[in-house]
Amino acid sequence: MTTTSEPPKAGFHPSQLIYDTRYRSLTIQVIAFIALMLGLSWLVSNTVANLQALGKDFDFGFLGQRAGYDINQRLVEYDSTSSHARAALVGILNTLLVAVLGCALATVIGVLAGVLRLSKNWLIAKLMAVYVEGFRNIPLLLWILLIFALMTEATPQPRDFREGGDAAMILGDTVAITNRGVFIPAPFWGAGAGILLAVLLLSLVAIFFWRRYAHRTQEQTGRILPIGWGTLGLLLVPVTVAFLALSLTSGRQVQPVLATGASEGMTLADYAGSQQAINACTVPFSTESLNLRRLMRANDLRFNLVPVADGAEAIAAAEAGRCNILSLPASTIAASVPAGAVALSDTITRGNPVEFERPILGGFNFEGGLQLRNSLIALWLALSLYTGAFIAENVRGGILSVSKGQTEAAFALGIKPSRTMRLVILPQALRVIIPPMISQYLNLTKNSSLAIAVGYMDVRSTLGGITINQTGKELEGMLLLGLFYLVTSLVISGAMNVYNSSVKLKER
Amino acid sequence: MSDTHSQTVSYVRETMLPQAEPPVSNRGAILWLRENLFSGWFNIVLTLVSLYVIYWALAHTLPWVVSGIWNAGSLSECREIRDATLGEGASAACWAVLVDRWQQLMFGFYPSELYWRPVLALVIFLAAIAPVLFAQVPRGALWFTAVSPFVMFWLLWGGSAWFPVAVALGFVLGWAAWRALAPMAGTLVAAIVSAALPIVYWFYTAGPLARELEQVVGIGIEYVPSQDFGGFMLSFIIGIAAIILSLPLGILLALGRQSDLFIINKVSVGFIEIIRGVPLIVWLFTASLLLNYFLPPGTNFDLMLRVIIMVTLFAAAYIAEVVRGGLAALPKGQYEGADSLGLSYWQSMRLIILPQALKISIPGIVNTFIGLFKDTTLVVFIGLFDPIGLSNAIRATTEWNGIYWELFVFIGLLFFICCFSMSRYSLYLEKKLQRGHK
Repeated sequence: MTTTSEPPKAGFHPSQLIYDTRYRSLTIQVIAFIALMLGLSWLVSNTVANLQALGKDFDFGFLGQRAGYDINQRLVEYDSTSSHARAALVGILNTLLVAVLGCALATVIGVLAGVLRLSKNWLIAKLMAVYVEGFRNIPLLLWILLIFALMTEATPQPRDFREGGDAAMILGDTVAITNRGVFIPAPFWGAGAGILLAVLLLSLVAIFFWRRYAHRTQEQTGRILPIGWGTLGLLLVPVTVAFLALSLTSGRQVQPVLATGASEGMTLADYAGSQQAINACTVPFSTESLNLRRLMRANDLRFNLVPVADGAEAIAAAEAGRCNILSLPASTIAASVPAGAVALSDTITRGNPVEFERPILGGFNFEGGLQLRNSLIALWLALSLYTGAFIAENVRGGILSVSKGQTEAAFALGIKPSRTMRLVILPQALRVIIPPMISQYLNLTKNSSLAIAVGYMDVRSTLGGITINQTGKELEGMLLLGLFYLVTSLVISGAMNVYNSSVKLKER
Repeated sequence: MSDTHSQTVSYVRETMLPQAEPPVSNRGAILWLRENLFSGWFNIVLTLVSLYVIYWALAHTLPWVVSGIWNAGSLSECREIRDATLGEGASAACWAVLVDRWQQLMFGFYPSELYWRPVLALVIFLAAIAPVLFAQVPRGALWFTAVSPFVMFWLLWGGSAWFPVAVALGFVLGWAAWRALAPMAGTLVAAIVSAALPIVYWFYTAGPLARELEQVVGIGIEYVPSQDFGGFMLSFIIGIAAIILSLPLGILLALGRQSDLFIINKVSVGFIEIIRGVPLIVWLFTASLLLNYFLPPGTNFDLMLRVIIMVTLFAAAYIAEVVRGGLAALPKGQYEGADSLGLSYWQSMRLIILPQALKISIPGIVNTFIGLFKDTTLVVFIGLFDPIGLSNAIRATTEWNGIYWELFVFIGLLFFICCFSMSRYSLYLEKKLQRGHK
C-alpha cells in the first residue's frame, strides 16, 4: 500500500489561500483577526477621544480618596472618612455574605422541594410543583420587592411589642420580627472561647480519622462500624464537656467592676449617682461586656459603651478619661489597674465561653442582639426561594436519572434501604445534580446584584453606585465591578470543574 | 397419614360466586386516598402538614381576593367602601387600581388614541410566529414572517414608512450579492462581500435614501418616541426582539467555540465567558452609562435600542452554551459521516449537525428565553418604565399611594402566564421531535 497520489508539484499560488483547505483556515483567521483588531482600535480611539472631550483621565487614584458616605451594614470597620477602596471592600463582603447565606438556604429548600416533589404523597407533590412553577415563572425582582414589602408593611412596629401591644417575640422571646428588621440573639465570646474552638477543630480531625478507620476496617474485614453515631458522638461530646468544664471553672470566677473617681466599697447605684455620665470601656462581643451591661441594666442605669480592643487599651482609655467604668479579669495584677480606679462592691462573673444576648425592647427600638435589616432578609429569602425552585428541578432530575434497577439490585444484595440511598443512589445522582447546582450558585451570586431594588449595600451599590456618582469615574468603576463578578464566577466555575473531574466516571 | 383425609368435607360449593366489587376500602376514591395520602404514618403527617399549609395560605388570601373592591377612584375611597360594606379593617383587595390603571400597566405612556397600533403589531407577531412554531401552517407564510419585523417596527414607532423599507433593502442587497457572487467567486469571497455590502449601505446610503423617498412620496404615521413606551408592551418588545436576535447569534457563537480555528475559538470563548461572568444589571448600567464612551463623539442613540442590544448579547452567550451542550452531545460519527459525504462545513452544519443539536438543546434554549423575558424587568433600574417601574409610578400618585399587593399580583400573574406557556410549548416541541428512542 504505497501512496497513490503524488504530492502537488506546482509551487504556491495565491488562489490557494481561498481554495486550498490547508491555507483557507489561515486566511479566514487572518481576516477575522484584522477585523477584530480594527474593531477594538475603533472602540479604544473613540473612548480616548470621548474622555479627552470630557476632560477626564483614566486612573484608579479615586480609590484612595475619602468616600464620605455611610454604609448601614458593614462586616469590617468602616466610616465615612474611609477610602473608596474600603467602601468597595465592605460592599464585596456584603455581596459575599448574602451569596453564601443564600446558597446555603437555597440548597436546603431545593433539596427538600426536589425530594418532596417525587414523594408518593399526591398532595405534597402537587404543592411542591406549585412552588417550583410559581417561582420559576415570575421574575426574581418581583419576588424581592414582594418579600421586602411584606417585611416592611405587614410586620409590627417595635412599639407594638410593649405591654399591651399586639405583637410578641417568637421562639421563646429570642427573636423579634419588626418592620425595622429581624432581631436575633447575638453571640458573645468569653474566657475559654479559644479553647472551645480548639476542641471543636480537634474533634473534626478525630472525625476524619475515625471515618477513614471505619472505611478501612470495612474494606479489610467486612465489619461495619457505626460511622454515623461515632461522628455524632465525636462532634458533640468533647465540645459539651469542654463547655461545661470551662463555664463551671473560669466562667464562675467573680471579677471586680472598676470605676475611676469612686471610693472603695461603693455600690454601682451610688457611684452612678455621683457621676454625670457613665462611659463603660468594653471589648465588643465579649462576655465581660455583656455581664457589665446586664448589671447596669439591672440597676436601671443609662450608659454609653466605649469599644476597645483589649484590656491594655481599656486601661489606657480609662486613664485618658475616655471612660470611667470597666471590668477587667480578676486575675489582672494590681499594677495594671488604671490609676485612680477602685473596685465597686458590685461584681460580675466572667461568663460562659459562649453566651447569647437576647434582643430587649429599648426606648424606640430593640437593643442588644443582632439586627438583620429588612433589605438583607428580603434579598436573602427571595434569592433562596427563587434559586431553590431551580435546584429542586435539578435534584428531581438527578434522582430520576438513576434507573430503578440500581435500587432493585441493591435490595437483591440485601442492602438496607438507608444504605442503598447513601451508597448506591446518591453517589450516582450527585454526579448529575452537582454541576447544574453549582451553576445555580453562580446565578444566585450574580442575581445578588438585584440588591439595588431594596437598598442593600452590596458591591454594586457602593463601588458601582455611590462611588461612581461621587467621583464621576464610570469607566473605572464599572470595570472594577465587572472584574469582581468575573473573578468570582471564574473561581466558582473553576471549583466546579475540579469537583466534576473528581466524581467523573473513571474509565479505563 | 391416611386418616388425615378420612373426613370428607360436608359441603362443597358447585357454582361460581358472582364477581363482587372489591371492599369499599379498596376501590375508588378511598383506595386512592389511602394509597396517595395516608399510606403510612410519615405520609399522614405530610398530608396533614400540607393541608394545614394550604388552609393557612387560602385563609389569608382568599377572603382578600374574593371580597376585592373593583369600583373606586383612589385607595382611600376603596377603604371607605370596605369599611362601609365589610366592616372596619376587613381584609379586601382594591382591584380598582387595575381597572383605573390597566392601560398604563399595559402600554405605559403610549398615546391612548394609538393603542390600536401595538395591538395590531401583537396580532401580526402572533400570525408571523405561527409558521415557525407549528408545522401545520403552510410554509409560504414564512415570507410574511420575514417581512413582519419591519411592519411591526413601523407600527410601534411610526414615522416615515420609507425608513424600515430602506433598512429591509439592505438585507435584499446582501442576499442579491450572495446569489450573484457565490457561483463566480466562491463562498468565502461571497460571504465577506454580502456581509460588508449591507453594512456600508446602512451606514451611508439608507438614511438619505429614506429621506429622498419620503420627500417624493410621503407615507407616514404619527411618530411615538421610545420614552413613551412602557408597561408590558416594553417588556414584550425587548423580550421578543432579544429572543429573535439572540438565537442566531448564540448558534454562531457556539459554532465558534467548537471551531478548530484558533482565533475564532478564543474570541468566542472570551466573549461568552466575559458576558456570562457579569450580571445583566451591570451590563445594563454599562449600556446606559458607558456606551457613549465607546461610540464616536457626538453619537447618542436610543436607550431602548441600547438595552435591546445588551440583552441580546447577554442571552446569546447563554444560548451559545446551551447549543454547545447539544453539539457536544452528538456522537462523533455524525460529524465524520457528514465529512465522508463530502459536505462543506456549512452544509454539514445546516443539514446534519444543527438540526440534531438544536433538537437536544430545545429545553435549554426555551429556559434561556424564559429567563430573558423575566430579566426584562431589570430595565427599571436604568429608568425605563417596565411594569415594575410603572407600579412604582402608580404608587407615587396621590390616589394610589401605598398600594402594593394588587399591582404585584397582576404583574406576577401576567409574567406567569407568558413564561408558563413558553415552558409548556417547549414540552410540546420535545414530544413532537422525539424520534422514538424510548
